Amino acid sequence: MNRVSQAPARAAAGGRRAAPRPRSGQWAAWAFLAPVVIYLVIFYAYPLYRNIELSLRDYTVRSFVQGDAPFTGFANYAKILGDETFGPALWHTTMFTMVSLVFQFVIGLALAMFFVKNFRLSATLRALFLVPWLLPLIVSSSTWSWMLNSDSGVVNAVLGVLGVEPVHWLTSPDWSLWSVIIANIWIGIPFNLVVLYSGLQAIDPVIYEAAELDGATGWRRFWKVTFPLLRPVSAITVLLGLVYTLKVFDIIWIMTKGGPSGSSTTFATWSYRLGFGNLLPAFGPGAAVGNLLIVTALIFGLIYIRVQRRRTLS
Amino acid sequence: MGLAAASRRATGLVSLAALGGLVACSSPSGGGGDPAGASQASGGGTYTIWDPYPQHDRSSEWVKLLETCGTQAGVTIERTAYDTTDLTNKALLAAQQGNAPDVLIVDNPVVSTLAEAGVLTTADENKLDISAIAPNLLAAGQSQGRTYGVPIGANTLALYYNREVLKKAGVDIASVKDWTSLTAALQKVKAAGKKGITFSAIGTEEGSFQFLPWFWGSGARLTKLDSPEGVSAVALWTDWLKKGYAPNSVINNTQTTSWQEFATGDFAFAENGTWQLAGAKQAGFDYGTIPVPGKDGGTAPAPTGGEFVGIPVQKDVARYPASQKIVTCLTSGANSLTTTTTLSYIAPTEQVRAEQVARDPELKVWVEAVEAAKGRTSDDLGTKYPKISEPMWGAVQAALSGSKSPQQAMTDAQAAAASATQ
Repeated sequence: MNRVSQAPARAAAGGRRAAPRPRSGQWAAWAFLAPVVIYLVIFYAYPLYRNIELSLRDYTVRSFVQGDAPFTGFANYAKILGDETFGPALWHTTMFTMVSLVFQFVIGLALAMFFVKNFRLSATLRALFLVPWLLPLIVSSSTWSWMLNSDSGVVNAVLGVLGVEPVHWLTSPDWSLWSVIIANIWIGIPFNLVVLYSGLQAIDPVIYEAAELDGATGWRRFWKVTFPLLRPVSAITVLLGLVYTLKVFDIIWIMTKGGPSGSSTTFATWSYRLGFGNLLPAFGPGAAVGNLLIVTALIFGLIYIRVQRRRTLS
Repeated sequence: MGLAAASRRATGLVSLAALGGLVACSSPSGGGGDPAGASQASGGGTYTIWDPYPQHDRSSEWVKLLETCGTQAGVTIERTAYDTTDLTNKALLAAQQGNAPDVLIVDNPVVSTLAEAGVLTTADENKLDISAIAPNLLAAGQSQGRTYGVPIGANTLALYYNREVLKKAGVDIASVKDWTSLTAALQKVKAAGKKGITFSAIGTEEGSFQFLPWFWGSGARLTKLDSPEGVSAVALWTDWLKKGYAPNSVINNTQTTSWQEFATGDFAFAENGTWQLAGAKQAGFDYGTIPVPGKDGGTAPAPTGGEFVGIPVQKDVARYPASQKIVTCLTSGANSLTTTTTLSYIAPTEQVRAEQVARDPELKVWVEAVEAAKGRTSDDLGTKYPKISEPMWGAVQAALSGSKSPQQAMTDAQAAAASATQ
């Protein structure tokens, strides 16, 4: 940007052909910007605009094809807010996100603390922990739903050996949400591990030495030194995790389809069900639920920016 | 930097929401996704056909038949196969963008949705011959007296049984005639240490599809889900689960996973479709099939599966005659036999069915089942059906998982369906 704005100034100083040159400079600037702008407009701005438009009109299949859906304002939003799925879906989304985040963070941090000690094989073991991240979600989710199968799953087989009654992990309304949360925690641990591990490595060993000289060891050293110094990284890990977890769809859809009887439905699966999960798609309400998710994520995105800014300032 | 990263996160979500709103696919598929628009604009001799059979590739009999029919109509065929759940949305989007295919083959309950959207022409408009087609199959594609396309073939559900398991349990299959005798058979099977029956009660259209033979077999009608008959059908399934005659996993079973359970050889019965016949032969045990019994005997009407061939609305009406020739070619006489054999379907006409049974007597049960079958969107339900089906599969899930009693589940479902279909 800077160089561009200097160009006209230099041209003006050059004298004679001052008038046309700044314009060509500007054209060049726009030309360089154009690919990014076009990309953003086509792939971000337009879909977002269409999604908002979808949510504000009363789409039936007929009006979707003919393109004459009447504008209905916030009727779709009123409809989903009044829907009996809304309350449970909100609760499930909150539970899913919060429980996942807490466990992902705690386990990820514990593992990061463990691996930062750099013992033999630590690199290999750490690599193994990344496997859930590398697997396609369809593979890991299908494997989970297979393991948690009520009748032939390996988890119930193990429980049976221990003398525990089989648990209907995916088919009981009391357990289905927990099952998808467990799978999601497993999938999210590598992300927390990697980010927190690099955060831990960034802490100067000199500080630990000083703490040790002052007599801080073990838990004390963790709470007084490691944790405060890791706070900026922790905050970002949790916020990114939150945005990722809010939108989780594949795991739930593959494992339970949001069921049985809506007991593991979150906003993400509800939005999909409205738009695509039925023979007769309800595009308007589906888009409205999707937009609620965007707004929620946007709020946390803004919080993230503030945290980042504070971090660069301090 | 921070802003860029944050907006990247936010847009990541946008793309999910865009998925929810169907937007992500709208501009790319309108732009360059399919060659239909281009070939239509040029008015050349290329005709596009979309079908939901990705399992049949270029070298398959099915595609060869399409090409032959194209040649006979004097045009070149360009065929694209989509996943069946994907095809409805693809067809709606293509129609919105004004580049629908020339010939469209879609799952029968979708026909009324596409007709409602104004995507399909009627059989009358294009003079498609539907006189020989069985009326119960045709009904799925009819709305307010108009027929939108021709059934290409049909399949439906029946009960597969494992002869060995039944023999060990001392069950004579001829004794299974109604719900009471079926439940008694399941009880014997369980007592013999084997598993009773498996089906699919998943929370999607597939669940409704599998539940309908029992629902209709009880004498219930889709317009009143909470009738005593309807409740008795849900109670039948719930009871089987409670007593351990059916595994708890049915709540999450698709028809494929249900079939895998049956293929272990431990189950006495499985509710599944014509399309598993090939798999049954490979399963390595002796099996047989009976129609799903009605509550008080007889054959329960099972829902029809299978596709309709239709001609989507085109701006250029000059394209219709060639499309009409292609459709007629695919559905008429001798070709119908080829079509249904390659797709492993039961033919839509009596004459071709007779030929099928003559070739493979095993198909007899299936022909009977198809003759008793009923379209989900029949009875002029049309686009009301999806609004009834969703509460219905929800009720089945609620009752089977124990979160509601069968009566309560169906009462709630009826209330939801009534308010949705108003």
